[in-house]
Amino acid sequence: MTGISDTPITGAPVADAAKFVPQRRWRYRLDRAFQIATIAATAIAILVLAWLLIDVLWNGLGSLSWTLLTSFPSRKPEEAGILAALAGTGWIMLLVAIFSFPIGVGSGLFLEEFSDDTWFARFVEINISNLAGVPSIIYGLLGLTAFVIVLGDYTGGRSILTGALTLTLLILPIIIVATRESLRAVPNSLRQAGYALGGNRWQVIWNHTLPASFPGILTGVILALSRAIGETAPLITIGALTFVPFLPDGPLSPFTVLPIQVYNWVSRPQKEFHDIAAAGILVLLVVLLLMNSVAVLLRSRFQKDR
Amino acid sequence: MSVEMSSENGSSLWQANYKRAKRLENIIKFLCGICAIISIATTAGIIGTLIFETIEFFKEVPFWRFLTDTRWTPLFQSKQFGIFVLISATLRTSGIAILVAVPLGLLSAIFLSEFASLRVRKVLKPLLEILAGIPSVVFGYFALLTVTPVLQAFFDFIRTPVMIPPWLDFLPFTNYYEPDYFLEIPFPYLQGFNALSAGLVLGISITPLVASLSEDAIYSVPQDLRAGAYALGATQRETILAVVIPAALSGIVASVILAISRAVGETMIVTLAAGQNPHLGLNPFVPVMTMTAYIVQVSLGDTAVGTLPYKTIFAVGMTLFLITLVLNIFSFWFVRRFRERYE
Repeated sequence: MTGISDTPITGAPVADAAKFVPQRRWRYRLDRAFQIATIAATAIAILVLAWLLIDVLWNGLGSLSWTLLTSFPSRKPEEAGILAALAGTGWIMLLVAIFSFPIGVGSGLFLEEFSDDTWFARFVEINISNLAGVPSIIYGLLGLTAFVIVLGDYTGGRSILTGALTLTLLILPIIIVATRESLRAVPNSLRQAGYALGGNRWQVIWNHTLPASFPGILTGVILALSRAIGETAPLITIGALTFVPFLPDGPLSPFTVLPIQVYNWVSRPQKEFHDIAAAGILVLLVVLLLMNSVAVLLRSRFQKDR
Repeated sequence: MSVEMSSENGSSLWQANYKRAKRLENIIKFLCGICAIISIATTAGIIGTLIFETIEFFKEVPFWRFLTDTRWTPLFQSKQFGIFVLISATLRTSGIAILVAVPLGLLSAIFLSEFASLRVRKVLKPLLEILAGIPSVVFGYFALLTVTPVLQAFFDFIRTPVMIPPWLDFLPFTNYYEPDYFLEIPFPYLQGFNALSAGLVLGISITPLVASLSEDAIYSVPQDLRAGAYALGATQRETILAVVIPAALSGIVASVILAISRAVGETMIVTLAAGQNPHLGLNPFVPVMTMTAYIVQVSLGDTAVGTLPYKTIFAVGMTLFLITLVLNIFSFWFVRRFRERYE
């Protein structure tokens, strides 16, 4: 592919150069139209997404109340709340963070620092980029078989632990890729300086490479967690409940999460439930926004320190 | 670290504990290796479960019925298992989504990379990435409760008969109701659940992904190529379309394929907005049930492990997995075949 070969601009070979008509006005007019088309496309995309956010704000702000945040779900929309869903989301996030951080960073370290270009490393690499393209609902099917049925005695079946393990597998590829990218961004001279001082591989990683790449890793982890927080389909597949009138009492308890609660309310016919669904979405988006800002803040903070 | 403590006291007293450090390194390396194996185990687990349950499924349902049945009714008395009913629904929603996302995303990417000022780009690029992170259930809400009513109103508006003077009755679609002539466009009726609004919103939801990844590819085309095209007398549009886009083609195609596989595997938007009604065909105005929506429907019901409905979700999941796998493999092949390397 040269791309240049089929260019429409060299209308004539050199011998016919005298016959070449530049048609500048026409071409510049097309240029202008093309530029306007790109601006219009960007504007349409952003305006529709703005419409979405305004729509949610408009419908949700009215129903956002203290009752909503502190009540359990109910058949009556005015008494229904997201307390159980918030607690479930909190539990899931905590466990996913605990599981995915060490495993993801460990895999990243193995691929980037410990292994040379062996067949094993290459195999893991191809495997990870493949996993990143698997639909999330397929992870739900895996979780259903592996954690609900096969390991059900240890995970408590359709429990918080099962949900957290499933989501951990889902976001691992994201964390591994982010870890590898930030490890790769550490200049090699830093590692060589560590080796020159007599450190072995692990000492260099622990004292130099990891601290230098930590902000990037942390940002990647937080962004991956914010992906996990919005996931609905895999948790429905493993059998998270849609009506939970109690607070989960531990990792083996049945649970629901915020997106599932929202899904449940949206799929009901009554308008009042749609409004509290919008309020639930607002809470979800605020949590996401907070996580994203923490990621950005951490990144700039750590970068300043160095 | 022991090194820091003792180097001040005089190096003759200090003895490096190579053995212990080496042992620690080996332990850590081993642990990290186990972490890396988890991702392989995940793949093996996915393929293993899908294959196992799919084989169980085909023990009860012959393979040709899976391919040739024209209805999808595994939960009813008279069971039929035509997977193409579900595939046709997924095709409708993701086809519409791609028709929306590729032009919008690609043109936005060109705008961001080639036309936008540095300040605009600095604002829009992170904004796109944040928008790409909006949970799909939010888009589902938007599709079902906002976009569908708006589209329905629009469809109704077009269908509304318009009174016309009698001498215009040679026009098509005119009807005579006492005492006047009306122009009536036979526009379809849009149902409350439909593939159209699900597809449109699905397209909007993956547009940031296409835009962001394509922009990375277009932006990384070296400036020399553009300068060369300008030197040959090309205008900016000609440069972009004939030089920059072909040079970034592998990245653009990769982003489009990733978007397609997202659209095919997307669950919540289509479950909420496209409905739960298996329908074979290509009509986007009726309720349809995609592969993902079927898995959700069965998961929400109380389906006992080992029953036929339970096995169907794995057969459907296997189909979904194979489709996305083929897309991924094609993407790998394409990128490797057509990647342009610039120094």
